[in-house]
Amino acid sequence: MNILDPQGPIGAADKTILIDSVAIMLAIVLPTIAAIFAFAFWFRASNTKATYWPDWEYSGRIELVVWSIPALTVILLGGVAWIGSHQLDPATPVEGTGSPVRIQVVSLDWKWLFIYPDQRIATVNTLTVPAGASLRFELTSGSVMNAFFIPQFGSMIYTMNGMVTRLHLRADNEGYYQGLSSHFSGDGFPDMLFDVHVISPLAFPDWVAKTARSDLVLNAESYGKLALQTVERDKPTYRLDDPRLFDAIATQMILPGPGPKITSEAAQSYIGASDAR
Amino acid sequence: MLGKLNWSAIPIDQPIPMITSAVVALAILGILAWVVVKGHMPYLWEEWITSVDHKRIGVMYILLAAVMLLRGFADAIMMRGQQAVAFHSQGYLPPEHFNQIFSAHGTIMIFFVAMPFVIGLMNLVVPLQLGVRDVAFPTLNSVGFWLTATGALLVNISLVIGEFARTGWLPYPPLSELTYSPGVGVDYYLWSLEISGVGTLVAGINLVTTVLKLRTRGMTLLRMPMFCWTTLASNLLIVAAFPILTATLAMLILDRYFGFHFFTNEAGGNMMMFMNLIWAWGHPEVYILILPAFGVFSEVVSTFSGKPLFGYRSMVLATMAICVISFMVWLHHFFTMGAGPDVNAIFGIASMIIAVPTGVKIYNWLFTMYGGRVRFATPMLWSIGFMVTFIIGGLTGVLVAVPPADFLLHNSLFLVAHFHNVIIGGVLFGAFAGYTYWFPKAFGFRLHEGFGKAAFWFWLIGFYVAFMPLYAVGMLGMTRRMQHYDVPEWRPWLMLAAFGAVLILIGIVFQILQLVVSIRHRDELCDRTGDPWHGRSLEWATASPPPVFNFAIPPDVRGEGAYWAMKTHAQRQDLEKHEPEYEDIEMPRNSPTGFVCAFFATVMGFALIWHIWWMVAAGLVGAFATFVAFAWRDHDEYVIPAAEVARIDRANLAERRALLGAAGSS
Repeated sequence: MNILDPQGPIGAADKTILIDSVAIMLAIVLPTIAAIFAFAFWFRASNTKATYWPDWEYSGRIELVVWSIPALTVILLGGVAWIGSHQLDPATPVEGTGSPVRIQVVSLDWKWLFIYPDQRIATVNTLTVPAGASLRFELTSGSVMNAFFIPQFGSMIYTMNGMVTRLHLRADNEGYYQGLSSHFSGDGFPDMLFDVHVISPLAFPDWVAKTARSDLVLNAESYGKLALQTVERDKPTYRLDDPRLFDAIATQMILPGPGPKITSEAAQSYIGASDAR
Repeated sequence: MLGKLNWSAIPIDQPIPMITSAVVALAILGILAWVVVKGHMPYLWEEWITSVDHKRIGVMYILLAAVMLLRGFADAIMMRGQQAVAFHSQGYLPPEHFNQIFSAHGTIMIFFVAMPFVIGLMNLVVPLQLGVRDVAFPTLNSVGFWLTATGALLVNISLVIGEFARTGWLPYPPLSELTYSPGVGVDYYLWSLEISGVGTLVAGINLVTTVLKLRTRGMTLLRMPMFCWTTLASNLLIVAAFPILTATLAMLILDRYFGFHFFTNEAGGNMMMFMNLIWAWGHPEVYILILPAFGVFSEVVSTFSGKPLFGYRSMVLATMAICVISFMVWLHHFFTMGAGPDVNAIFGIASMIIAVPTGVKIYNWLFTMYGGRVRFATPMLWSIGFMVTFIIGGLTGVLVAVPPADFLLHNSLFLVAHFHNVIIGGVLFGAFAGYTYWFPKAFGFRLHEGFGKAAFWFWLIGFYVAFMPLYAVGMLGMTRRMQHYDVPEWRPWLMLAAFGAVLILIGIVFQILQLVVSIRHRDELCDRTGDPWHGRSLEWATASPPPVFNFAIPPDVRGEGAYWAMKTHAQRQDLEKHEPEYEDIEMPRNSPTGFVCAFFATVMGFALIWHIWWMVAAGLVGAFATFVAFAWRDHDEYVIPAAEVARIDRANLAERRALLGAAGSS
């Protein structure tokens, strides 16, 4: 999951900006740290060779320099930030080979649902994509906020109920990777890891066909079960009943997840109170 | 009768909170019993609890911060322990407990450690540096302190009765809404911060007024010590930002208590509105904390270099620039929400711009040392440790202000390492520097240097060992707040970080030992001159500890470094020749208003959390009645006769003449 070992163009570009920014800053930070040690050491009270200027408190030239150094650095870095933000806007499509793959992501308590509307299939906690293709993610949440993040592919993005965010990625090398939720979402949050399986573009249609033969069907009813607060260990796959399911979730036609099951006595009496209201 | 409260609220099945709270309860009872048996109760009541003296209130703020630091650190080391062991296992903390711990850790460390520590230092020092006798509103000051203590108390009650929030230190909806957090945890959070937030706001109003309206003769704004400037900037931020926090949390309260839809999923609520509002307070908040620390470092570096602060006007400009720009950067806390590139880039660049005045400050401290005679006393060690550490934290901070870099690092342990780097390396080191530096002023004896230096080295090295691994593990994709994990590459770093936390623990033990040893050897460490460090500003011109009225005669300031000028220039002869003409001094009477009001606020807050409506009414009426009673008071001041002032001041002057004589002859 090392972000310094990217497996796609977005991750690589993010990493380049990260490294460049650190390098630019180190150019002034390291000399400054060295100067702190040097000045403190040389002007130690016990050093009789050091000069003592008890009233020296102003120098216009030094002032000019100390305002200029950080200002120039920030101008340079500001340029990096401006250009980088525009080039790596998550909503901008990425070039890729073959036809782009559209994937709709729903974060649930506490699992990830990946819907492939064009292929009429869906998976839970495992994301399978063809290498080299442009990946077009549309993301929402079926309950609380989360963030969708595959560290080696690059840019993360929030998932929010009632809203759709967009993210474009590309995975260049076949293999197994890991994704996770990078925004705390409750007790099952650490189990929101998901497998990312990058396969060859030739194998992708086979995988789709195989998944489409699944016994499980994703419809409003089975989605309702997924929306309950559980941790999913099995990674089930589904045939997709209605390709507009994602829109129904994002527009709240399907209501957001119900939250915790109330078991304790205290919470029961509490629900009573809120009903009375 | 008792709302939602019943016996199931007490977590009898969880040994950690039960044992902890039993130990704490026994300790409190023990101390109370000792106080009562020894007959110290009247002294405590009259001299401390009802005191409106800014110095006493400052000390109480710092005491509160120190106690809460222990609580917050206990949470921290439990988290580090959990993450060190929870590889392919659940560790020893189940999620519902772990999630409370990190939420409580953040809440406590920001609101009940960092805030009271810096507010305590400002309370203690600023009136002395300005050469005045008290803050602008002494009784309000006491109210502010006790309301802060109420918030801290409520957070700690949640350990035993009910639960604390499990949502993180900022309760992002919809997770914090009733649907997903039906328990009382979030309510504890909300009411603690609503009540202590009022306390912080009145402290801010008080200190802004004090700096702007109460300065001694000749103390123009541009002659104020740098700590007073940073106090002004920090408290202006408090006055501007804390109402946003109060209003935002009030909206969440309306959602949770009355079924409103400000931030819910349903009915047009918008959780991102909460994030915008909370960070519109939250980003200025970090400057509220760091600016006073910058002030402390300015005082300390200048004093221990034996030189005036380099580039004073530049420092003032930098401080006020930070004060203004800090309100324009909040969106960098959620670059990953999918806003457009223009929005992200503009907020990213605005965030970087703050690094300019901050960088200038670092260089000015650097050049303050240049040409000086640097003495490496403990406060100076904290300051040099700060300068190096804070630069690293600044670097990583500017890094995450670059949106594409933030797309990789947001919410990761890299981010956690960054903000601990600036809060521990900046705010906390500053608080410790100020604590060591002004301790002799507050109590009349210095802290033990050897233990202080040992504490410093353990804290410094412990900090690096605990947080540098978190930078690394953040680069390996680890996100924050994970109760367990299955990634083997993360484990060694997390174990190393846990070891760092142990080093910090040793540092804390040395700090406790330092205090104990210093109190026991207070005669040897005694400071008779009132000026143990060869200081430059007015707080060193009076006795240690200062008399209740601070200055017998309001000092006359003729330049920057007011006391330095007095020591070295013409006034020395004045001091030697003339006895000043003493006059009667009027001082504000002590008042239990703050304590009583906070008592009722605690009752009200507790009742609101548990929906005990009759008790809410009782608390509200009680708190209001306290204010009314205070407003109708007849005698709010008492007079210290001139003869008494003279008696106290002559003793101080005698010591001081001896010091000046020694300095003159050397």
